[in-house]
Amino acid sequence: MNKKVYIGCGAGFSGDRFDASIPIVREFKKIDGPKYLMFEVLAERTLAIAQQYRLKNPEEGYSPFLDSYITPILDDCLENNIKIISNIGAANPMGAAKRIIEISRKQNTRKPKIGVVIGDDLLDYMSNEEILNSPTMEGLDFSNNKITAANVYLGAQPIAEALSKDVDIVIVGRTVDSALALGPLIHEYNWKKNQLDLLGSGTICGHLLECGAQVTGAYFADPGFKDVPNLANVGFPIVEFNSDGTFIITKPIGTGGLVNKATVTEQLLYETHDPSNYLVPDVTADMTNLKLEYVGENRVLVSGGKGKKPPEKLKATICCDNGFMGEAEISYAGPNALARAKLAGEVILERIQILGLQGQIRVEIIGAGSVHFSIDETSSYELPKDGDYRVRTSAIYPQKDQAQQMVDEVMSLYCCGPAAGGGGRGYVTPQSSTASILVERSKVDPNILVKMI
Amino acid sequence: MTLDLPVHAIAHARAGDKGDVSNISLIAYLDSGWDTINVLATEKKVLDIFKHLGATKVQRYELPKLNALNFVIENALGGGVNSSLRLDRHGKTLSSHLLHELILPISQEMIPSNSPYQEKFKDTKS
Repeated sequence: MNKKVYIGCGAGFSGDRFDASIPIVREFKKIDGPKYLMFEVLAERTLAIAQQYRLKNPEEGYSPFLDSYITPILDDCLENNIKIISNIGAANPMGAAKRIIEISRKQNTRKPKIGVVIGDDLLDYMSNEEILNSPTMEGLDFSNNKITAANVYLGAQPIAEALSKDVDIVIVGRTVDSALALGPLIHEYNWKKNQLDLLGSGTICGHLLECGAQVTGAYFADPGFKDVPNLANVGFPIVEFNSDGTFIITKPIGTGGLVNKATVTEQLLYETHDPSNYLVPDVTADMTNLKLEYVGENRVLVSGGKGKKPPEKLKATICCDNGFMGEAEISYAGPNALARAKLAGEVILERIQILGLQGQIRVEIIGAGSVHFSIDETSSYELPKDGDYRVRTSAIYPQKDQAQQMVDEVMSLYCCGPAAGGGGRGYVTPQSSTASILVERSKVDPNILVKMI
Repeated sequence: MTLDLPVHAIAHARAGDKGDVSNISLIAYLDSGWDTINVLATEKKVLDIFKHLGATKVQRYELPKLNALNFVIENALGGGVNSSLRLDRHGKTLSSHLLHELILPISQEMIPSNSPYQEKFKDTKS
């Protein structure tokens, strides 16, 4: 007999809309059956920032947006048996769980039972030297820098293990995003490690959900070419999963957005490299035989997901401090604005040379194809001589005062630059660089723990 | 009859990033546009479009059942989201650049019926 499992995604990145999960919960209240609400809020860099918070205060280091995501829906989820799965734990999953219990106390709702997955933080059980000597997949040479975070991507098994203990909520730190959906599916269907096609389908399902509304018409609209209704109220995705590994992607009734084959295909390939080898700790998912069918209004049936053996090693992201970036902008408009903007850029580059600031620098003109061309490249766009152009300069230096010096130089164009420069802005931000390494499962597995609170 | 038009007329795209690697999907709106992108949107053409950004290699993957191609472009992101000096550190806008820069011979039936690109063919008929 077919058993349906419902999974909604209430956030696709740290800072996604805080009220997006409310329509999903409203929809779930009408449905019987296992229901899960996932929040994916942990980008690569977010963890390095979270580690800094934890170092300053051991109670902190979980997502700074936890209250905003959890408060609106906690009571309803607990009352309606909607289980919450999230990497909102960031650098401190236990701290996040404690905070959720505090929120439940304030709301006078019942105290949730929470499973907390520990073990992604390599700094807890590997030395800096061991980490730096691991094979590097991509990224920079970190040997001269202090590591600020090192976290291995865990899979879905620890989430499934936590769910087997009858919890209301599972909180993790670094875990592959798609596992936030695969964990509940493994638990509900009791999939074994060798049921690779099902694990592959569950991973593809998680991949389609993990960026929230990017599968339901957001990040898609191109007016006149790809129109999306009511984007301001875009509905976040809901999956109806079937025992055979097929699933329907849809969104809550009464919300904006769009689910069709085009929106699903765009998200399927988002951040995907080889579609026949999508690597996660639990399986190597294969999307190449996938079939998409439009089976009803805003309903797409996904079938044909496959899976192969999982990769031998696990991927980890390490972060280190890497100097300071200065960014500064100034605008030129009206007659001959493009020529004045170009002159401003040339003046900045010459001044940086005179000051002897050593570092990578880039000048681009916003309005002249800045995101694709720097000032010394010929833009492929037809650019009017008159118009509205904004010169943006960015540079990274080891010291904060060097970055500030660059910003000051741009600001000096108010008086020292071409005619009528205005709207100057500048700021300096600390930089954190990342690299990816591979670690042995035998190092990680014994350190994975599911704690109950 | 065909016109040389940006691939934007017959396909849509989305860019993602991992480290210094950008991946850009290219998806034909209609079955009738699939052959054109499959045959003509080559690794070499895509590499040429992103070379000025530092791209060194393009690997192309095909998903014929979904009318989709996926281009994996190495070293296209100025070091990646955490080290790039560009305004768009993720390279999110590179999908639009591909749609604008890749010019292909396009016939009217490859273009969705409600697309503004249909106008281009009206002029040629009169």
